[in-house]
Amino acid sequence: MQATTLILLLGLMAVTAFYLGRGRSLSLVGGHGHGLALHSLPGYYGYYVAIWVALPALGLFLLWVLLEPRIVVALVVNGLPEAYQSLPAGELNLLVNNIQNFAAGDVISVEVDRVLQDAAAQFNDYLANSRQILAVLALGLAGLAGSLAWRRIHPDLRARNRVERVIRWFLIAASSIAIFSTIGIVLSVLFEAIRFFQKVPVTEFMFGLNWSPQTAIRADQVGSSGSFGAVPLFAGTLLITAIAMVVAVPVGLMTAIYLAEYSSTRVRGIAKPLLEILAGIPTVVYGFFAALTVAPWVRRAGEAAGFEVASESALAAGLVMGIMIIPLVSSLSDDAINAVPSAMRDGALGLGSTRSETMTKVILPAALPGIVGGILLAVSRAIGETMIVVMAAGLAANLTANPFAAVTTVTVQIVTLLVGDQEFDSAKTLAAFALGLMLFVVTLFLNIIGLSVVRKYREQYD
Amino acid sequence: MVTSEGMSTVTEIPERRTELTGETVGNIRSDHPFMVAEDVNVYYGDNHAIQHVSLEIGKKEVIALIGPSGCGKSTFLRCLNRMNDTIETARVTGNITLDGKDIYRKEQDPVALRARVGMVFQKPNPFPKSIYDNVAYGPRIHGLAADRAELDNIVHSSLERAGLINEVKDRLDEPGTSLSGGQQQRLCIARTIAVNPEVILMDEPCSALDPLATARIEDLMDELCEDYAIVIVTHSMQQAARVSKRVAYFHLGLLVEVDETDKIFTNPRHKLTEDYITGRIG
Repeated sequence: MQATTLILLLGLMAVTAFYLGRGRSLSLVGGHGHGLALHSLPGYYGYYVAIWVALPALGLFLLWVLLEPRIVVALVVNGLPEAYQSLPAGELNLLVNNIQNFAAGDVISVEVDRVLQDAAAQFNDYLANSRQILAVLALGLAGLAGSLAWRRIHPDLRARNRVERVIRWFLIAASSIAIFSTIGIVLSVLFEAIRFFQKVPVTEFMFGLNWSPQTAIRADQVGSSGSFGAVPLFAGTLLITAIAMVVAVPVGLMTAIYLAEYSSTRVRGIAKPLLEILAGIPTVVYGFFAALTVAPWVRRAGEAAGFEVASESALAAGLVMGIMIIPLVSSLSDDAINAVPSAMRDGALGLGSTRSETMTKVILPAALPGIVGGILLAVSRAIGETMIVVMAAGLAANLTANPFAAVTTVTVQIVTLLVGDQEFDSAKTLAAFALGLMLFVVTLFLNIIGLSVVRKYREQYD
Repeated sequence: MVTSEGMSTVTEIPERRTELTGETVGNIRSDHPFMVAEDVNVYYGDNHAIQHVSLEIGKKEVIALIGPSGCGKSTFLRCLNRMNDTIETARVTGNITLDGKDIYRKEQDPVALRARVGMVFQKPNPFPKSIYDNVAYGPRIHGLAADRAELDNIVHSSLERAGLINEVKDRLDEPGTSLSGGQQQRLCIARTIAVNPEVILMDEPCSALDPLATARIEDLMDELCEDYAIVIVTHSMQQAARVSKRVAYFHLGLLVEVDETDKIFTNPRHKLTEDYITGRIG
């Protein structure tokens, strides 16, 4: 039986179970008029039975789907002739892959022989059988658990509380998905980075001034002994981030001040959504705006002023990144300014302050922690931003503070290291994970500091 | 509304008025008028919040504005220093003069007006600055002190007048928010008198305070009214009776009755006033 059919059948059973459970709860107390004799509303008894029908069967289904491939493969391998079973792990793996592909009717990489055909037939056989068994077991379990639950219905059964408990576990499961995937990502980056640091010393990576991630493919190859000093990348990232913040902080802050304190409701009603549109533009669009419009403009302007400007300059990428971050800075600052109680504003105005005096002397100092927190979040966003710098900042790992020069960033290098076909045991590829780990640690700290500053500030006035 | 001269003098009306006509009974005049409101209307959008209110506020007197919530007394108060200007939809018509000059005239700078007509708010709202800087805020923005010594002087004398100096003189650089609620409110009063206003508006200044702190503020008002005109909005009959010389009763945006405090509390002329002060409405 197809998996979808099975799921549909289970769903149908659950719906039926709902009505059966609801009906039984009502009939136990003698119909609709006597609902008060029940502990919970009749619907909860319905849900109670439906949950017992659906959940155990779905659990079995998931478990089965997770384990099925391993068991089937193990069975197929067991059925192979002796000579094949004793193959090295890698070759055996390849063989199993070929068997699976052949069974599914795909193209395979070796000649089809008798053994392979038999194994594939066997494979399909096991698979079909397994699905049959699963269908019978799942439907049986659903029926059994459902009927037991149905029999347990009693006016004193606290069906509502039990349903609540199931809902709670559902919510816990949903929220743990995000947490566990984060942990998984961190661990995978961490382990790959450790492998990298076994090949390249941590000190060279952290303090080396030369970045040229090449590794020899053959032992006798000339001129490609890589060097993995990441300082130029950190410097490039910092340079571009700094330029972006120079653009985003004043503009975003002033936008927030205008919107929060000066604009009329009508202007605010138009300007806020427009800013949110700016925040919604995909970064790749900003990227080609930076590469095709801003970079040539910066180059022309710089050359007119007598500077030597690279066509992919840090300035162009930083400017555009700054524009991208404006909405983030302005909306976080706007929140911080609005969180200052209006009593402060009234107090200052009541003493005869002008609006700008009220703003600079009372409201901004009061909102400052929130604004600083917002800026830290924006910095972490800028450091992690990839697309704009990939398109506009260039690849040359120059160690320079000159905004007209081409620099490269941590994120750009990660992209270039991992794009295309790569072998996953060379220092070159593994360097990407080390860079990713650095990036993760830095942005994590910025986020933690930023969020805690924002939160601390909120508590002050609530 | 008061238009004829006859209404302004005390006339004997044997029966209490019961209907809400928009006419103000009692006496809206003051012996030494300093702020004069004539036919003031306030609109919030389409909502006619204050209707045809005329009232004189005397020099060196405490006048209490009372009435049920939403009756417009705070709105009227906020007309007197043009704080309603900060509300986008608010519109004020009529005449309000301060010392004979219209405060809504074109050349009047509302910011300068608020330095002359100070305001103390319902909830103590010290700025998130030190006690010293809170009081020094007004003098600084208005350039009232030539040097640091003079500013110190203003701060000290304002805190003294607000009856706070003994409690805070050793901790002037601690944040104003570290004080208790009653101290914060006295700090706000000190902050207001530091700019040397002529009128002080108080919008329920004690409603967030405990009885002891309230008593201190009321004592303070007794002292302050020797130099300032004080307009206080209050929900407490006892407070109005204790601190004010005159009382104005507002109802649904209308000024129903104005008179000497003891007259209002012993012999109100309007049924609504009587009902309110005896606790039957409000």
